Amino acid sequence: MRTTAIPAQPGSAQHRPDSFDVERVRRDFPILQRTINGKPLVYLDNAATGQKPQAVIDTISRYYAAENANIHRGVHRLSVDATAAYEGARAKVQRFMGAARPEEIIFVRSATEAINLVAQAYARPTLKPGDEVLISTMEHHSNIVPWQIVCEQTGSVLRVVPINDAGEYMFEEYEQLLSSRTRLVAVTHVSNALGTINPVRRIIEVAHQRDIPVLVDGAQAAPHLAIDVKELDCDFYAISGHKMFGPSGIGALYGKYELLDDMPPYQGGGEMILSVSFEGTVYNHVPHKFEAGTPNIAGAIGLGATVDYLQQIGLDNIATYEHELLVYATEALSAVPDVRLIGTARAKAAVLSFLVGDIHPHDVGTILDLEGIAVRTGHHCAQPVMQRFGITATARASLALYNTTAEIDALVAGVGKVRKVFG
Amino acid sequence: MSALTDLYQQLILDHNKSPRNRRKLEPADGRAEGYNPLCGDRVTVYLSLDGDIVRDIAFEGSGCAISTAAASMMTQRLKGKSVSEAKSLFEKFRRLLTDEHGVGDGGPELGKLEAFGGVRRFPARVKCATLVWHTLNAALENREDIVSTE
Ligand SMILES: Cc1ncc(COP(=O)(O)O)c(C=O)c1O
Repeated sequence: MRTTAIPAQPGSAQHRPDSFDVERVRRDFPILQRTINGKPLVYLDNAATGQKPQAVIDTISRYYAAENANIHRGVHRLSVDATAAYEGARAKVQRFMGAARPEEIIFVRSATEAINLVAQAYARPTLKPGDEVLISTMEHHSNIVPWQIVCEQTGSVLRVVPINDAGEYMFEEYEQLLSSRTRLVAVTHVSNALGTINPVRRIIEVAHQRDIPVLVDGAQAAPHLAIDVKELDCDFYAISGHKMFGPSGIGALYGKYELLDDMPPYQGGGEMILSVSFEGTVYNHVPHKFEAGTPNIAGAIGLGATVDYLQQIGLDNIATYEHELLVYATEALSAVPDVRLIGTARAKAAVLSFLVGDIHPHDVGTILDLEGIAVRTGHHCAQPVMQRFGITATARASLALYNTTAEIDALVAGVGKVRKVFG
Repeated sequence: MSALTDLYQQLILDHNKSPRNRRKLEPADGRAEGYNPLCGDRVTVYLSLDGDIVRDIAFEGSGCAISTAAASMMTQRLKGKSVSEAKSLFEKFRRLLTDEHGVGDGGPELGKLEAFGGVRRFPARVKCATLVWHTLNAALENREDIVSTE
């Protein structure tokens, strides 16, 4: 199997400048030079967080070294420039997500905060006792608990779409669970624990036939797939900067303008107001209404550099390359005796959750770590998924654009070592 | 010894493979549940006491090799020992896993439990070894709440 490049377009030269070259990509990520326990780092924990390209690191340090100022509140040059850079980053994220207008992008701390914002500022004022919010079994805890909280607050009911043995969203059950009381559907685009890519377009279409808005948790989609919120027609879409090779502490919520405009603020403070007096306070317009206080300016600007980087490589190139890696890794891991893959959806991102016989995933993770291989072990903040499969934990290798087939070979050899220790 | 064989010593692998005293004990004078939210592992410790003496002790639950072996070897070590001995063994065991300055003198010897010394090099795994001991503490007090490592 090819390890270095995506097939060139028919009729084009073999090494077009825009073709995917994993070795070149790897040079963009300084941390990949590190060794762990004397072995080259094999970083396969990308679903937890992505590594950072030099361009993003440079953008952040340049901002702090030469451009730092508060935004939206100074007439001086630095503040004007910082404001332009911050709003420029919003426009970059808008284009990255395919949103119609920049005001539809709200900077938040993370996907978690984006979902909580929707739960508290959209769902809470809307939900009545007996209303329903519909999620799925494969959600990350951050797309479960905010809904449990708002259901508790409003007397609404949380309903859950089941998944099948392959870890796929059960669409017919979904359609049956939609009721006259359903007020919101929330679903993950890509499952962090299983890798499943959900048919979010169809999910949204069916919900919209009943005028039910849909929130898509895109934390695991943004680093791997092209996102187009207009094409999906989703009502809300949440992403996290750190998962997509950007800084931590920054994320974005996309929301349709009319919905955001109607929603009350999430938090109060500076920036989110037009005028304050004790007789009454006038809230600022969208998106500033939802960005109370001094935001993570460096983070937002760093996120702008991140989406520039991803778009320069091309999300479609990334998706094609990662799919090759997934096919290679699935075959290689399945060939190891006693390895059982959890999550075998037909549409899948490059996530391999697995068990090795009855060896506990923590032991697998520790032995792999001694080989310099970073995988996640545990429930992956998706305990209902574990319960669905009757297990408590898995080991998970989650791949990204800079991983190689050689690294997958190292993983397979590491798993062999695990089996030997526990043989 | 490599870090690998230091951690997964033969004794630990053996207790993981065939854990001793893994069963329910009913009725029990003390019972407590432990939970490690990091990995979702659960353990239940059962105690039957004869005055100050641990007449019988058992555990249920499944976890990683380190936690299973820790539970197995703890129960093996404590049967017939006094409650105060158990408590001072826990203290020594904890120091073995965390204290840079070694385990100190006095009190009962750790004996075979020293096999867990290799865990010290794996800070992410220390709680795997100590969970069952924390749970034992709760069982001695017959506490109802679930003991958590976090
Ligand atoms: C599917 C999914 N949704 C949401 C989140 C939450 O992301 P964050 O912790 O950055 O808010 C994660 C993180 O693991 C995730 O995998």
